Amino acid sequence: MQTAVESKLTVSINGKEFDARKGETILQLAKRNDINIPTLCNHADLCESGNCRMCVVEVEGQRVLQASCTTPVAERMVIRTNTRKVRKTRQMIIELLLAEHVGDCQTCKRNTNCELQDLAAEYGIEEVRFGKSQEKRYEVDTRTPIVRDNDKCILCRRCTQVCEEIQGVEAIKPMGRGKDTDIGCLFGLPLDETTCVFCGQCINRCPTGALTERDATKEVWKAIDDPTKHVVVQTAPAIRAALAEEFDIPPGERVTGKMASALKMIGFDTVFDTDFTADLTIIEEGTELLTRLKKALVEKSQVALPMFTSCSPGWINYIEHYYPDLLPNLSTCKSPQQMFGALIKTYYAQKKGVDPKNIVSVSVMPCTAKKFEADRPEMYDSGYKDVDHVLTTRELARMIKQAGIDLMDLQDSEFDDPMGISTGAAVIFGATGGVMEAAIRTAYELVTGREVPFANLDIRPVRGMEGIREASLTITDPLPEWSFLNGAEVKVAIAHSLTKARMLMDKVRAGEATYHFIEVMACPGGCLGGGGQPIPTSPEIREKRAQAIYTEDGAMKLRKSHENPAVKVLYEEFLKEPNGHKSHELLHTKYTPKDTW
Amino acid sequence: MKMLELDKDVVEISSKYGKSKDHLLRILQDLVAKKGYLTEKIVRDLAKDMNISPNEVYSVATFYSFIKTKPTGKYVIRICQTISCDLAGKEEIIKALEKELRIKCGQTTDDMLFTLETTNCMGMCDQGPAMLVNDEVYTKMDSIKAIELIREYKTK
Repeated sequence: MQTAVESKLTVSINGKEFDARKGETILQLAKRNDINIPTLCNHADLCESGNCRMCVVEVEGQRVLQASCTTPVAERMVIRTNTRKVRKTRQMIIELLLAEHVGDCQTCKRNTNCELQDLAAEYGIEEVRFGKSQEKRYEVDTRTPIVRDNDKCILCRRCTQVCEEIQGVEAIKPMGRGKDTDIGCLFGLPLDETTCVFCGQCINRCPTGALTERDATKEVWKAIDDPTKHVVVQTAPAIRAALAEEFDIPPGERVTGKMASALKMIGFDTVFDTDFTADLTIIEEGTELLTRLKKALVEKSQVALPMFTSCSPGWINYIEHYYPDLLPNLSTCKSPQQMFGALIKTYYAQKKGVDPKNIVSVSVMPCTAKKFEADRPEMYDSGYKDVDHVLTTRELARMIKQAGIDLMDLQDSEFDDPMGISTGAAVIFGATGGVMEAAIRTAYELVTGREVPFANLDIRPVRGMEGIREASLTITDPLPEWSFLNGAEVKVAIAHSLTKARMLMDKVRAGEATYHFIEVMACPGGCLGGGGQPIPTSPEIREKRAQAIYTEDGAMKLRKSHENPAVKVLYEEFLKEPNGHKSHELLHTKYTPKDTW
Repeated sequence: MKMLELDKDVVEISSKYGKSKDHLLRILQDLVAKKGYLTEKIVRDLAKDMNISPNEVYSVATFYSFIKTKPTGKYVIRICQTISCDLAGKEEIIKALEKELRIKCGQTTDDMLFTLETTNCMGMCDQGPAMLVNDEVYTKMDSIKAIELIREYKTK
């Protein structure tokens, strides 16, 4: 008890006393007590760096202003956050940042959602005393899915921090020194000549418009406006749980039906749901896993285990660069987006009687790596480019606004048949652990003939936001054909964010892992925290999106992928059997080792 | 996958320092001393050898003005740009040398003889303006003395 008393400090902010915790910073104490201190480089997901100095405050007895984000509180500290000196200093810091910030707000993707713009407005900046450079100093490379405009960069370093601390990739770094510093790659190379995985986490952390996604809205509008084109859209599970945020609704609101209505109003000819191929992925991937287990346990043949999920294209890029030796462990299943693309221009085209060359296939993804994935040479199995254009959640929101639609005013509507039919198991693909949960729901039932032994089918041990989670399930009394699994303890692991994936992969590489199946998602929180999702992001926001996703799952009539009636029909009419010939042709692929250095 | 062999000097120098990230700066200094400047291959090879990101290597390299990442002339002229030397008239010297060498500060002459650049404080504040030609220090310079000095180097 004594230590608890000792660790409590009394600190005064703006003349009022607060109980502070030993070790916390002035900023943390202020935030807990709803005292607003402006920040730019500070971010809930990242370590404190003290780069931007926006958060300076006066501390009695200190000669100069202190950065509140990196200054720990001390007993009897007297802090002032709104003195003339503090205000003037903050104004000057903003002016200095603006002097170096080249680009018009009106033509910026982050217009009205920019932290620098907000602060300039808040501090009433009417002129920049140091002059404002109008000349662009940097070329903008729009070839890669992540577009960097260093003229708008304020060197806060959130992007390099997230790339290093959360993803462990270090694709971009501060280069040079002092006024010549800029963020980039070695020798000024473009991102695709580094190990960048295009996860887009840097975009989600950028306070300005220096980092954005490569725009696809213009091509999509062009296709919609072309009467000879049949434009089909699919939307990933994580979009419905976050799209409303772009319309100023607090995180956690589901807008599945409204989104379907908006897509129809925008002018897409057919509005489908990636959830359909998420269900299909479970059938294909589940079958693949059981086949691998059978080979290992019954035929005693050499087979790569544990098997890794292959839905997250950022993860695919990562394993290609960093763990090429473990590529055989990767499921051969394409991601739901690419399975969908391959089926639209084959199965759907046949069914609908449309020439696949006139079909434009568009996907809406919470992800920038999906843009990279759609452009991969492996993804032309339909005979055409399987997915023509990938929009992020943010780009879809822009299209909805351009179409003059107020999303929140819309009535709900349904996705089109048949590839709009899905189950709750598919919805949870959008959250970390979701693919695992969906796979277990199906595989367990396939093997035992019984539902998973969890209340309401909620497999809670695989849920949550812990970076790495492990679970195991013992199989008892299986159906005769799976008798070799009787008594087997199936072990699984889940990782989200690539630093966490690296920890698991190092264990696998060292032969210390005893898992059978590992789910990896490149982004923190899974797809719901993807690089194409609304800005800002934080652990709290991702938690709310996850709640929305699990609520959506709970509200679905069908909760297990193998019960999806449209998937059953797809097998009867077209694919014939899971992992069969047709599936291998269209739904599976192989990836290639790439350079780590 | 590029299966090219790692540069021998890179491996030798990084091994000398135990391939430790703590010694990255020392390794880079030795590499520049040996190779003149860092190429993309040297940066990538060193990163691979030390199991760190090539961007990390380049980030550290570009932070220090003496770690070269571009080809330099035989003689690197560095004019101190810090405040004492600035007040003592370093700008005149730069202008004179730019005219003499027909290059801008930061550039290298076509014959690869001279590179002209500025440097931060060398601790010669009481004897400014100060300049370096490779490792030789010259103090209390003015534009005429600087031009004479460079002409001497030309004939060396």
